[in-house]
Amino acid sequence: MAAVPEELKITAEEYRELARKEKPPPPLLFNALTAFFSGGAVCLLGQVIQNGYIAFGFSPEEAANPTVVTVIFIASLLTGLGLFDHLANLTGAGTAVPVTGFANSLTAAALEFKKEGLVLGIGSKMFSQAGSVILFGVVTAFVVGLISALF
Amino acid sequence: MGSYLTAFLVGGLFCLIGQLLFDLTPFTPGHILSGFVVAGGILGGLGLYDKLIQFAGAGASLPIASFGNALAKGAMLEAARRGVIGVLTGMFELTSTGITAAIIFSFFMALLFDPKG
Repeated sequence: MAAVPEELKITAEEYRELARKEKPPPPLLFNALTAFFSGGAVCLLGQVIQNGYIAFGFSPEEAANPTVVTVIFIASLLTGLGLFDHLANLTGAGTAVPVTGFANSLTAAALEFKKEGLVLGIGSKMFSQAGSVILFGVVTAFVVGLISALF
Repeated sequence: MGSYLTAFLVGGLFCLIGQLLFDLTPFTPGHILSGFVVAGGILGGLGLYDKLIQFAGAGASLPIASFGNALAKGAMLEAARRGVIGVLTGMFELTSTGITAAIIFSFFMALLFDPKG
């Protein structure tokens, strides 16, 4: 391979800066409204499910748990069927911010690395995206909990 | 525990804020979702997030910030009961359902399906 002349070399930082400048600006208002309505719809559906569980005899406090499980199941199944990506492209943050995004990140990573095996693929890579959410959640909760325990 | 209207509006607002952060900041979705969880944990520590759940139901309990709130609340509840060790024993008390469900479903979906494309 021929050596790259010194003046053509750029750092990763400079590349990111260039790529950012060249990328067309996202249609802000459209994206924001799409995220608002789709995210609202996800939570509305969640509320319908939650009220369903309350009607089945769960207390309002307890009903949040089976609701989360149901929503996670739906998101995980849609990911398995290959449909979640289409939905995510349409909705942006509307399906990324609710727990659907969390479930999708676990299932998608597990699927993507399936070919590397049960242990080194699915097992090791499942948390490759969700890991940081769990890590920083636990660190925050640890500090908050410690403060509450000590003061 | 929230009406359909408040669930829609508050849930939608969370996602709208998320989308603006996706589009307007150089951070990746991973950074931003982690930020949501941290914010939820702090609001939980201040006792504010539960008020939002009272108001918006699933509109506040489904966005990922609720995960941070539930972690902090679990740690605080056990800390009040057992002292410092409770921070560790209570950490996953309230989030266990979601994490366990996500792991189990993801595992079986990965066994059942093959990646598309």
